[in-house]
Amino acid sequence: MYKYDQYDQAMVDARVEEFRDQARRRMEGSLSEDQFKPLRLMNGLYLQLHAYMLRVAVPYGTLNSRQLEALADIAEKYDRGYGHFTTRQNIQYNWIKLEDAADILADLAKVEMHAIQTSGNCIRNISADHFAGAASDEVTDPRPYAELLRQWSSFHPEFTYLPRKFKFCVIASEKDRAAMRLHDIGIRIVQNAAGETGAQFYVGGGMGRTPMIAPLIRDFVPIDQLITYAEAALRVYNRYGRRDNKFKARIKILVHELGAAEYTRQVEEEFAHLLSVGVEPPHEELARIAAHFVAPAFVDGPKTLDRSDPDFALWVDRNTHRHKHDAYVSAVISLKPAGGIPGDATAQQMRVIAKLARNYSFDELRVMHTQNLLLPHVRIADLPAIWAALDAAGLAAPNMDTIEDIIACPGLDYCSLANARSIPLAQRISERFAKSGRTEVVGELKLKISGCINACGHHHAGHIGILGVDRKGTENYQLSLGGSEAEDVSLAKITGPGFDEDGVIAAVEKVTDIYLAARADGERFLDTYRRIGMEPFKEALYG
Amino acid sequence: MVEFRDLGTSPDEVQFRFRDDEPVDHGTVTVDSCCDQTNATAVRIEPGDDARLLLPFLDRLALVEVNFPSFTDGRGYSAARILREAGYTGELRAVGDVLIDQLSHMRRCGFDSFAPDRRLDEDDAARAFATWEQVYQRAADTRRTIADKRHEA
Amino acid sequence: MKILTGNDLRSGAVVWWNGIGWSLFVDDAVDAGEDADEILARETAARRVNVAYAIDASIDAAGHVRPAHIKDRVRALGPTVRRDLAVPTADKTGWDWVI
Repeated sequence: MYKYDQYDQAMVDARVEEFRDQARRRMEGSLSEDQFKPLRLMNGLYLQLHAYMLRVAVPYGTLNSRQLEALADIAEKYDRGYGHFTTRQNIQYNWIKLEDAADILADLAKVEMHAIQTSGNCIRNISADHFAGAASDEVTDPRPYAELLRQWSSFHPEFTYLPRKFKFCVIASEKDRAAMRLHDIGIRIVQNAAGETGAQFYVGGGMGRTPMIAPLIRDFVPIDQLITYAEAALRVYNRYGRRDNKFKARIKILVHELGAAEYTRQVEEEFAHLLSVGVEPPHEELARIAAHFVAPAFVDGPKTLDRSDPDFALWVDRNTHRHKHDAYVSAVISLKPAGGIPGDATAQQMRVIAKLARNYSFDELRVMHTQNLLLPHVRIADLPAIWAALDAAGLAAPNMDTIEDIIACPGLDYCSLANARSIPLAQRISERFAKSGRTEVVGELKLKISGCINACGHHHAGHIGILGVDRKGTENYQLSLGGSEAEDVSLAKITGPGFDEDGVIAAVEKVTDIYLAARADGERFLDTYRRIGMEPFKEALYG
Repeated sequence: MVEFRDLGTSPDEVQFRFRDDEPVDHGTVTVDSCCDQTNATAVRIEPGDDARLLLPFLDRLALVEVNFPSFTDGRGYSAARILREAGYTGELRAVGDVLIDQLSHMRRCGFDSFAPDRRLDEDDAARAFATWEQVYQRAADTRRTIADKRHEA
Repeated sequence: MKILTGNDLRSGAVVWWNGIGWSLFVDDAVDAGEDADEILARETAARRVNVAYAIDASIDAAGHVRPAHIKDRVRALGPTVRRDLAVPTADKTGWDWVI
């Protein structure tokens, strides 16, 4: 994985000192809260319901064991012993003090980590396919391109006060495991007929209050012009994105209002200009970065397992993913125990996971956008030992992509923007399905819960989505069906009037009843929904 | 020449200047006026203005002010770079809600003078201008980027 | 009644105006009445509180202060899903009325 050189280290160190000075000026009074807020946000520091919250960047979701151990240490030293992994492959802490924040950033810098641009109206942490470097279907590892973009976008002098936040995602396969087209810019690394590498640019996707699927605006940007094209796309947005209305300020609105063709025309014009200016890093830089992502030395080994323990066999079936080397798999560590808080991990759990990564996965870990962790490269022969260690730490829930594998935002339990709680719903639903044994019967079903219209819980992209709203001071939940964040991307549709907490849980069960009664052989919930449509579900819910 | 200083900042209001030439000592005109008027030498860009409209007149311009009515509106950064990329060498002045923590980025985008609404603490500003010893991106300054340094022969 | 709440600037902790200063316990909150705006402006300027605002609240039969809105109730007590991390409070019935 990528390793900082003296320059990268100097940049994060300088940032720590800059923020230390900014925090000092805030506490001494020369910065007002209005002036300080954008600065602290660009260092990941929010003021939430109970305290400050710090969001730490995990660039393209890749971590090593030393970094995860440092995150565990921070959880204990500065927070309350746990952290929360997010839908953008980051981690956040809920109980942070402003007066500690610079020290935490300094601790992060010691392990080549930071909280740079994890919030604010700037280019956010770059996300990527969590199976990067391990997936059998990738054209190439997308992370070198994500790292190139990370460096370009960090402290970008022109794009630090954009109309609104800006999220990139990079993948390199036909399959989309990173919700690529629901980002402001989604990039797919591809190869053309001549075998040259390039980038497809999808621009103007997003969730939030106006969900949109990004249209393709350029089929092939030569890879040695990647940064220039991104710069052009951003400049058009910075100049013409709406600033009169916060809710219409994302690039998706600009692309929608101009039309994809006109937006593209403007980007191409700016691109031609910027090619003449010369903003692309030297081409050796990409090669230098890529050298950090060379695949580890995989060795041949057993490809079969003793499956006599049914619990182990179920976990293998559910939570492991095919690897490019057939003696290996990628193993998902579920942070979704039945009845648990999606995405939360204690410091002790982080240390267990770090040790497994060190011993069994070439010291590599991933944070998945599904709020789980991943050991990307494990030998099939090591799975029993890994499973045993995970099971002992409460981390072996065999539920990847099932109805228990719920994405949920922090909701009103933590978030100052939320209208309703998300976590209790996730807890009750996962518990209920786990207890009744229906999880396995239902199979793949992606349930996603947001506590407000900002959609951090990706409810628009859920096979079943739940949106919490405030109805006259009480929590109310809207149900939606038919969304997908994958290559078959679609936006979920609302079923009808909302429900209270008990009601929406019952509604989810009813929806699965209809599915089980109607499904054809091998159909996932989403396939059945697409075949039979909304009506039967509506009828069951409201009829 | 009689000047009505109804638009623009005066040299007295400039707190930081990174040029040796004499500053323009008269008011500025709007972008629209600048395009209509053949003799204007100083112009003021508001956030919604298209800086590219000025490109035909760069030779005669000695001062371009870019107004930041609110520091959170970042359009002026693009305006500045566009002018520098087109070869503008005159004074490029950031005016308005210009604060400590935006100075270094403004400098990188080509601003070489600063007239903040409220005077900034000199020590804090000096620290801000010097924040980034290294830079990742190419911009309107001539600084060699980190990538350039990594791959120099 | 109108009570005042915000976060401590340095620690971020949820605080409540008790008539003299800022308390960690919602039960200490007092009616700020017509002085609310003045107190908020003064305390914010002095950086004794951050992002402070006035909210509606009532006092129950047992004398406990109950913010009107669910969001401030959660702020007063802590995350409903981590009761082990709750703000220590004299009001043992708090979880019964938070939602």
